[in-house]
Amino acid sequence: MRYRLLAEKLDRILPYLLIAPTVVYMGFFVGYPLVQGVKLAFFDEQGRFTTENVDYLLNSPLSKFRDALFYTLLITGIVIPVEFVLALLLAFFFNSFRFRGKNAAIYVTILPLTISDVAAGLIWYSMLTGNGFANKLLLNLGVISEPIQFFGWQNRDMELLAIIITEVWRSTAIVFVILLAGLQMISHEYLEAAEVFGANALQRLRYIVLPMLMPSIQAALIIRTLFALQVFGSVWVLAGRDIPVLAGEAFYEHTQMHHTGVAALYALIIAAISLSLGALYIRFFKARYLEAGR
Amino acid sequence: MEEASPVRYALHGILVAAAAALAVAWVLVPIAISVLYAFSTPQDYYDPNKVIPIRFTLEHVRDLLALGASKAAFNSVVVAVLTIVLSFLLGLPAGYAFARFVFPGRDALKLLIVGMRMFPIIVIAVPLATLYIRLGIYDTPLGVALAHTAMALPFVVLVTSSIFAGVPRELEEAGLVFGLNRLGVFLRITLPLALPGLAAAAIFTFIMSWNEVFIASILTTLNRTLPAFILVSAMAAPDFIKFAAGFLIVLPAMVFVFIARRYLIAMWGITLR
Repeated sequence: MRYRLLAEKLDRILPYLLIAPTVVYMGFFVGYPLVQGVKLAFFDEQGRFTTENVDYLLNSPLSKFRDALFYTLLITGIVIPVEFVLALLLAFFFNSFRFRGKNAAIYVTILPLTISDVAAGLIWYSMLTGNGFANKLLLNLGVISEPIQFFGWQNRDMELLAIIITEVWRSTAIVFVILLAGLQMISHEYLEAAEVFGANALQRLRYIVLPMLMPSIQAALIIRTLFALQVFGSVWVLAGRDIPVLAGEAFYEHTQMHHTGVAALYALIIAAISLSLGALYIRFFKARYLEAGR
Repeated sequence: MEEASPVRYALHGILVAAAAALAVAWVLVPIAISVLYAFSTPQDYYDPNKVIPIRFTLEHVRDLLALGASKAAFNSVVVAVLTIVLSFLLGLPAGYAFARFVFPGRDALKLLIVGMRMFPIIVIAVPLATLYIRLGIYDTPLGVALAHTAMALPFVVLVTSSIFAGVPRELEEAGLVFGLNRLGVFLRITLPLALPGLAAAAIFTFIMSWNEVFIASILTTLNRTLPAFILVSAMAAPDFIKFAAGFLIVLPAMVFVFIARRYLIAMWGITLR
């Protein structure tokens, strides 16, 4: 009898015991770095408050903070809408048509999911470089008479374009996967019912598909924005510091300049922007979602 | 809908095929070109009239491996395997708990775990470097794996919980009726049924760790993982070494995905029809 009671008690705390290791581990690997990051960024070695790192960030001629902030937001602001539209079109396409080899086509379309930012940068470097495939193809087709130069600091705008192409190529897949999964969860019965009541395709999209897809859209946008603000590998490979970004400057300050405090400050800035944009997305989409009548 | 004439029907088919081909080409052409360039001879690459190289050599990949990429690739594998072991050891029980138990605070705990992942991994790396030097695990695969585990853990918890939720509860109950205890049910019934899905999740964890570059380059100097090694070393090298580097990073991920493609897609909640 006592044994049964004990077993029941164990059953009640068992789930907490199973989850505790994860929470403790995550708590340590998020909590400790956050506290230490604030310490590194705002306090000197004696533990006194200092604005030295902030001053360096904002005022030093060596610091590229303003450019980095500008380019990070610019890349995020261009890449995310482009790949969102692209992924939405792809998801609608694969969800509405049946054809032979469709599964293989979906599989290929999501391949970039497994390709890292560094690898994607190298792949597009081989496409766009002076003797690369794109230039040779256009030259031989007679579209251009001399190679388009994508790289080198004199060609910053082209470098930016190369980064945007690479990022869109690499990360449309994740948005596509989330949206396709969301579309497939919408029951056909809703659409059929709407059709019976005379809703046309546009109305069905506006009043059924989009509202029901909203949670997926929100998830995809949050995930992609978080990653876009940390953009690093592809930029570093394609443009180095010609196009400074926040994560790249954190890397540079830490590994080249040994400014640990400045690197920590960059990390905190990225975290702050990430969290506020995440909160904004959740608010904005929740409002729309409720308004649509669910 | 208007009446579908044969011509219209054929046209429709062609348009659909063309759209699918465009999507596939957009992904495949750059990969194919970079693989071709990784193996093409310099003469073909510099020949402005050879759009697609036709002569090939293994030299560039061999050079890159000799420059240190083989050691870096080995480090990457060690880090990724350690990450899988650690994140599953910690995350699997949590995933099971979320899938099978109803308890107060369940949703809040799940949200907490996912929410902690919203902090960018860049925040993790810089302070850990200082801590690792003190602990003596700076520049070791273990150190990188510990940080990668923090990155992969929320993913493992979420995905394993949805995999376990897919195993019918009735089978577990039957096991209990026939005299197995909780652990026995888990080991003899739930785990075997969940295994394919778990394998896919493990492969995806491998890829996440294999691809990660920021943490790895901050937390190592000599024992770099492959992406970190390439980010620092290969960028100063001639084009061919860069192409070979791209090939080396992409290859394992593609092989793994090819093996696990059916489960990978199912894992993301897509049912192929």
